[in-house]
Amino acid sequence: MHASLTFKVYPSKLPSLPQLSTESAAAAKVTRLPDSTTSRTSLTLASSLESVNTVEKTTEEFAVRAGFDEDTVPNIVMAVREAAINAVLHGNAYDPAKRFTASFEANSDALVIRIADQGPGLDPNTLPDPLAPENILRGSGRGIFLIRAFMDEVHFRQLHPGTELTLIKHRAPAQPAA
Amino acid sequence: MSMKVATRQVDGVTILDLSGRITLGEGSVTLRDSVRDVLAKGSRKILLNLADVSYIDSSGVGELVSAFTSVKNAGGELKLLNLTKKVNDLLQITKLYTVFDIWDNEASAVSAF
Repeated sequence: MHASLTFKVYPSKLPSLPQLSTESAAAAKVTRLPDSTTSRTSLTLASSLESVNTVEKTTEEFAVRAGFDEDTVPNIVMAVREAAINAVLHGNAYDPAKRFTASFEANSDALVIRIADQGPGLDPNTLPDPLAPENILRGSGRGIFLIRAFMDEVHFRQLHPGTELTLIKHRAPAQPAA
Repeated sequence: MSMKVATRQVDGVTILDLSGRITLGEGSVTLRDSVRDVLAKGSRKILLNLADVSYIDSSGVGELVSAFTSVKNAGGELKLLNLTKKVNDLLQITKLYTVFDIWDNEASAVSAF
């Protein structure tokens, strides 16, 4: 079965951001593979809060369509929103010349979401612990912590320039029939 | 949906009824301005009613913390009222549940100042 959704996005011309759709049209596609076990989409977006909201909405739609339950979907959405905010705010620093990408893949095992920016790079080992007593009253610095709290796996990859975060949420094991 | 704030007074306590989302670029600035305004008007007992706050992101959490410290630095107290389960979970995860004075009954919260 083939089905597609179209999103309004910026043209994808980001040679430094691999593993993402290479379609150059001003649209990203959701493509369901013939066996219906994997679906994918990717977006290339401006460094704006409006784009963050687009990613948030897309994540919710994608996670629901992938079959995640109503308790899990909001957590996935929050984690991806935080990753998108990081890309726009800390990575690309709202630079209108820079784009960020969001790619989504749902397969039989998990939902895999990658957010990649074109910023100076993020070393997760340098981030202060937001739960430490000296940081607990800080007004910022909880984004990556929340991503890790809500996803099963979080991976960082340096793109030179930029950072790619891979967020993975595994499907719950199937319950045996009663 | 952007956040809305309604302010009322109950027994000397300023209650801010917040509704909507407290997120980067939306409710965070509104919350900051609202707390700044009531502090400027002399309020020192401030209760944030979060019953109709549907969503808070890390920026919103940070703004709640900043509001807490702003009020405290001004010699006042800020308490939270009527957290939804999601917001409650968020404050538990970030260990802020022990920082804030949190209530689920308005009369009790007002009396606690």
